[in-house]
Amino acid sequence: MDRRGFLKQMAAGVACSAAAHPWMTTVTLAETGGGGALGDHRLIVIILRGAMDGLDAVQPLGDPLFAQYRPTIGVNTGAVPLDGYFALHPGLAGLKPLWDAGELGFVHAVSTPYRDKRSHFYGQDLLEAGTGTDVAGGPQARDGWLNRMLQVVPGLRAETAYAMGLEAAPMLAGAAPVLNWSPETRLNLSAQGQLLLERMYHDDPLFRDSASEAMALMQIDVPERDHMAVGAARKMADTDALADFAADRMTGATRIAAFSLSGWDTHRMQATTITSSMAGLERLILRLRDQLGRQVWAKTTLLTMTEFGRTARENGSRGTDHGTGGVMLTAGGAVRGGRVAGRWPGLAEADLYDRRDLMPTSDVRDWAAWAMRGLYGFDRSLLETAVFPGLIMGDDPGLIL
Amino acid sequence: MIDTKTLIAIRFGTGLPLPEGAPLDPEAMLQRLAGPDLATRTWPALTTAAALSVHAAAAAATKRRKQQVVGPDGSMVDGKDAYRATRQALRLQSERAVLISVARAVGATDGFRERLVRFWADHFTTVAKSPLHAGLVPAMVDDVIRANVTGRFSDLLIAATLHPAMILYLDQHRSVGPNSPKSKGGRNGLNENLARELIELHSLGVDATYAQSDVRQMAELLTGLLFAPGQGQVFNAKAAEPGPETVLGQTYDGDGVAPILAALEDLALRPETARHLSRKLAAHFVSDTPDPAMIAAMTNAYAETGGDLMAVYRAMLLHPSAWLPDLAKARQPYDFIIAALRALNIGPAQIGDMPLHTMAKRLLQPMARMGQPMYRAPGPDGWAEEAEAWITPQGLAARITWAMEVPSRLLAELPEPDALGARALGPLISVPLAFAMAAAENRREGVGLVLASAEFNRR
Repeated sequence: MDRRGFLKQMAAGVACSAAAHPWMTTVTLAETGGGGALGDHRLIVIILRGAMDGLDAVQPLGDPLFAQYRPTIGVNTGAVPLDGYFALHPGLAGLKPLWDAGELGFVHAVSTPYRDKRSHFYGQDLLEAGTGTDVAGGPQARDGWLNRMLQVVPGLRAETAYAMGLEAAPMLAGAAPVLNWSPETRLNLSAQGQLLLERMYHDDPLFRDSASEAMALMQIDVPERDHMAVGAARKMADTDALADFAADRMTGATRIAAFSLSGWDTHRMQATTITSSMAGLERLILRLRDQLGRQVWAKTTLLTMTEFGRTARENGSRGTDHGTGGVMLTAGGAVRGGRVAGRWPGLAEADLYDRRDLMPTSDVRDWAAWAMRGLYGFDRSLLETAVFPGLIMGDDPGLIL
Repeated sequence: MIDTKTLIAIRFGTGLPLPEGAPLDPEAMLQRLAGPDLATRTWPALTTAAALSVHAAAAAATKRRKQQVVGPDGSMVDGKDAYRATRQALRLQSERAVLISVARAVGATDGFRERLVRFWADHFTTVAKSPLHAGLVPAMVDDVIRANVTGRFSDLLIAATLHPAMILYLDQHRSVGPNSPKSKGGRNGLNENLARELIELHSLGVDATYAQSDVRQMAELLTGLLFAPGQGQVFNAKAAEPGPETVLGQTYDGDGVAPILAALEDLALRPETARHLSRKLAAHFVSDTPDPAMIAAMTNAYAETGGDLMAVYRAMLLHPSAWLPDLAKARQPYDFIIAALRALNIGPAQIGDMPLHTMAKRLLQPMARMGQPMYRAPGPDGWAEEAEAWITPQGLAARITWAMEVPSRLLAELPEPDALGARALGPLISVPLAFAMAAAENRREGVGLVLASAEFNRR
């Protein structure tokens, strides 16, 4: 049933029996139907907003130019060697055991089709729309690629996919039913209050749909976050709450989760400023693994994406400016990890994009498409038309086990 | 049919009921806007000078927090105490500034001015990257935005670009000409952040035609613009990139800030800027998909007057599309709370007396849960405009919770729901809302339903 039909049914329930707490119907509906068409595989997509520096996350220490380009970032940082050429940023060192277990990998030099203006906002719009540059900002922009994937899944239930956190998640927005919730949200209403609100919102679809979701979700028991924590501890408490909430849902009926982490726009003093963002990402991944448990983690694929990479050379203030090619992180028991995939373009000035940025050698959408094909068996033609219109998928990179 | 008065209050103002003496038609709104800024007489501005002095004291105390320092009575005291005191002063200053902005908006007869200040503060978003910068952000809103809200856009652009809050937020204070003496043989250099947002967000807009080389040249042109504690924005010729720069085909040469100002003037006068700003204003005030004819009228007014903002506002307010009755936008959380306070008859004086911890708990924390933490926009592009970005399940749940729980904490006695509905919504009350107000279990929920209604949250 699509979202519209779902709501229509709810509205019909209201008209027939005003006292029957129609919001509860949502919960009931969401509780039936089993794992659904997506089977057991879980997909978590994290947008790293602000353009994560892929060259800092996965450092090409094997290239002597790297140290030349980055006199203060990327040398003597204590990066953890991965494969003899690349090394992992020390802020992600806690993920090394996952790498060793084949549960963590990277794809280097990826990008969206976006080029040249290097605007975060345009870049993020395009990344979440999953389209080429020809349609970004156009009518399709409201529709995210992850939602378009859901649109082709028969028998989908709202609870299959969750956008989490207080920030909107355009990647999951669209016609397919998706739930939005954040661990810090709560809503206590009397039965009468619910009923009256529902009547009031009935003719305003935006309020009606949002409230219907909120009411359905207000029963969820979310572990209390540590409200007294401040500064970095506060950030970690928020990260933990998000991971716990995601894990709680995904050990249930939820198969797809999307959220975003900010704090990657490291224009200055990058050696310091990127550390807490890396620590947050590391903590999130480790916490998700622990909370999901061995069995679910084995069926999990986590992908991070960012709007673009950053300049190969550090800038005048020990940071980096907006670039092009970046890195994608893959984690989970379902991924073939322990490798840095993607064709490495090299760092020689002639090999850089615009003589300044890491040259992108593959489209980040190609990897996401192959992941979805590997997990859920979608047709290639469907991925190339409905999910990522205009994408031409290359050979199977074997991202998924 | 919605009358003009209601639209003035809801679409262009800070909510119903309109206070005594508020303008009741577009011409009167423009006249009031052209007159003095009365709100700053009752609620004086936080000056950049005051913010800089607290900043400098706090920065100095931070450095000496592990030493013994000379105390107020001349004896030696622990540096940690002075550090704590200056941190406290910083927090007080910025929180007091929030309280003042809320009081001004709630009490304003000139609601359009308050909304315009909010709009331009968002256009020139700054966020304190360090707690030390907390006072500079609201100080910029008062000193730069309020002061130039009815002037020429070029003056606003120049003042915003040169303000310490902007210089610090977009890393200009770390940008040094690669061939300048201060680069120390290439150890310091260029930072493109401010230059890029200046073109992409503040003036031409991302849809305009410009190249990476324009951003780079603009960044070189901006070098020398720096920040000094206690002084604010300074120009240091030793950090400026030598030689001329060419931005969008215009070449700028010379010493000091003069070439920077010339480039900002030129950016302000570009036709792309006129269009970008007109569209953005129309989208903010009138519709997420504004009438192209209204945008065109505003763009023409901008072009004809060289960017006189009053002329642009006039073109908007005198266009019939500005008064179409459909209220399809959503109030942003800040505006929602302002309108609710006004509807609840919690006046500016009562807000002025509100303890800061009460403000934090009852207004600011809920606002953050609604998706809009005060002075903490997610990026230099500011807050989202579309209703869909705000009326999410999470955001709406936070609004409903606030509407149900907070009014009874702020008022000794809650109003009757139907009286509140009439005050807050006038002709906009729908039949289901009227029914709900009467059918609520108790007064608290009745009040909550009025404030949580779609009618109250739309504009």
